[in-house]
Amino acid sequence: MFAFVVRRIITTIPVMAFVALFVFSLLYIAPGDPAAIIAGDQASPADVERIRASLGLDRPYLIRFGEWSWRVLQGDLGTSIFTSLPVTQLIAQRIEPTVSLMILTLIFAVIVAVPMGVIAAWKAGSWIDKGAMAFAVLGFSVPVFVVGYLLAYLFALKLDWLPVQGYTPIAQGFWPWLKNLILPSITLGLVYIALIARITRATMLEVLQQDYVRTAQAKGVAQKDVLFLHSLKNAAVPIVTIVGIGIALLIGGAVVTESVFAIPGLGRLTVDAILRRDYPVIQGVVLMFSLVYVLVNLLIDLTYTLVDPRIRY
Amino acid sequence: MTTPSSISAPAEAVASAETVKPAGPGRGARFLRYLRRHPSVAFGGGLLVLMALIGILAPLLWTVDPTAISPARRTRMPSELYWFGTDMLGRDIYSRVIYGARVSLLVGFSVAILSSIIGLTIGLFAGFVRWADGIIMRIIDGMMSIPPILLAIALMALTRGSVGNVIVAITIAEIPRVARLVRGVVLSLREQPYVEAAVANGARVPRIIFRHILPNTFAPMSVQATYICASAMIVEAILSFIGAGVPPATPSWGNIMAEGRALWQVRPHIILFPAMFLSLTVLAVNLLGDGLRDSLDPRLAKSI
Repeated sequence: MFAFVVRRIITTIPVMAFVALFVFSLLYIAPGDPAAIIAGDQASPADVERIRASLGLDRPYLIRFGEWSWRVLQGDLGTSIFTSLPVTQLIAQRIEPTVSLMILTLIFAVIVAVPMGVIAAWKAGSWIDKGAMAFAVLGFSVPVFVVGYLLAYLFALKLDWLPVQGYTPIAQGFWPWLKNLILPSITLGLVYIALIARITRATMLEVLQQDYVRTAQAKGVAQKDVLFLHSLKNAAVPIVTIVGIGIALLIGGAVVTESVFAIPGLGRLTVDAILRRDYPVIQGVVLMFSLVYVLVNLLIDLTYTLVDPRIRY
Repeated sequence: MTTPSSISAPAEAVASAETVKPAGPGRGARFLRYLRRHPSVAFGGGLLVLMALIGILAPLLWTVDPTAISPARRTRMPSELYWFGTDMLGRDIYSRVIYGARVSLLVGFSVAILSSIIGLTIGLFAGFVRWADGIIMRIIDGMMSIPPILLAIALMALTRGSVGNVIVAITIAEIPRVARLVRGVVLSLREQPYVEAAVANGARVPRIIFRHILPNTFAPMSVQATYICASAMIVEAILSFIGAGVPPATPSWGNIMAEGRALWQVRPHIILFPAMFLSLTVLAVNLLGDGLRDSLDPRLAKSI
């Protein structure tokens, strides 16, 4: 077990190294000369050259990558071109809304999708199953921002049940915080629900054909216990896996959802950075999201033994 | 959207389709029977053909110049004259939406075809050249750990917004998934007795690839390609929506929605119409993909 954990952690190192190389190359090949920008319009070519040398921009690619990586490892993601603030500070300012949104969406999606998939598999072929799967296809087909505007128009503008846009920090109270995040979470959760429900149904269909399920039913175990205790436990590994892989959808979707609902999170930060071509910020956000994604999936790999005691390493 | 990487020999599905050739009904009748048995292929395919026709025939569908600005008739509601209303610059939204089909379909199909070809090549290479497999798979793992939309956004930040650049950015983001799928298929096919027999008979590697491996990647690849097409259309719309996609003047569904963003509380129809077209088109492609998956390999249908 311990050996596996170590081995698994080591395999993430080349992956993160590749991500770092990609993100670094982004700035390296980005149009525009940082030295010329810093020097200003009045600078002579010699001035630009001097600034370039003082920034170390004249050195070879790999050496610069090494230095950049070293700084990143120490927690220095560079400085935003537009705001002149450290990128880490910008990310720290914007992290709460995004983390709130993603955790809420995750909880909501799992609560909805898993029972949906289980019941669809149990009633396979029935109208409940067909309805759930039709919903899943729709969830994959209707883009995030379309869902967002539809929900906002209906529940915020027409019915006036929930706030239209904006974000309230959790420090100002749980309810105001939650109220602002309900619509964004549903919006962001739809694709995720579709994905999890589909995998849950497919896995459950296989599990329900197993002998021990028939035995449990023959013993007279209540149907809900057969489904949610005996079967779901055995279907847990693929479901947990897809929850982890689906985080990529959440990250991509958050960028859009935050734009629709005017939430000042990391997604908004990314969009603003794109529009201003603020490369250090783009780098920082991509690097951070990828790290989170890799770590979440690492964690999920490691929890397989908890979910399914039969798995031993 | 997801296809398991461990697809075990979808050979039978293809083989049996080839062996039913002799006698029986003609090609047209067989095609009709296929469509009847797989309604989602018929419905999705039909809807997609309709969208393609709309895009191709856009100038004939009572449209006006989709880029013509007219300050005098800004933000009109839908009416007999302006079927879908007009936007903030007075452009006719109906014409923009109809022309927008071109961008979406062009991006969807181009990305599906390009990423399939490149992914297939990389996947075959990784599946056959064992020493390169480790390196290629590490790179693919690395690329796949960057969420696809974020990867496309980052690439778009490097270049000017244009349809070509959008296609390249989304293609790069999609390649790893195809390559991984193909590699999985290749690795499982290499263990098949008929491939071993071919090797034992002294067949050279190119012959094995083109005669025995390539035809069997067709089924999972075509399913994967439709899902990539659907996802590419959504990513294009997202890129344009956040201002990192095709140039604002180009009529694309994402652009029209981006323009409607400021006014959505009072003029929701500016977003509604392109949203409907986009959702319907993506739905059509997804249904086509589901139908193809079920009909090409019934075993796959159960596993996803």
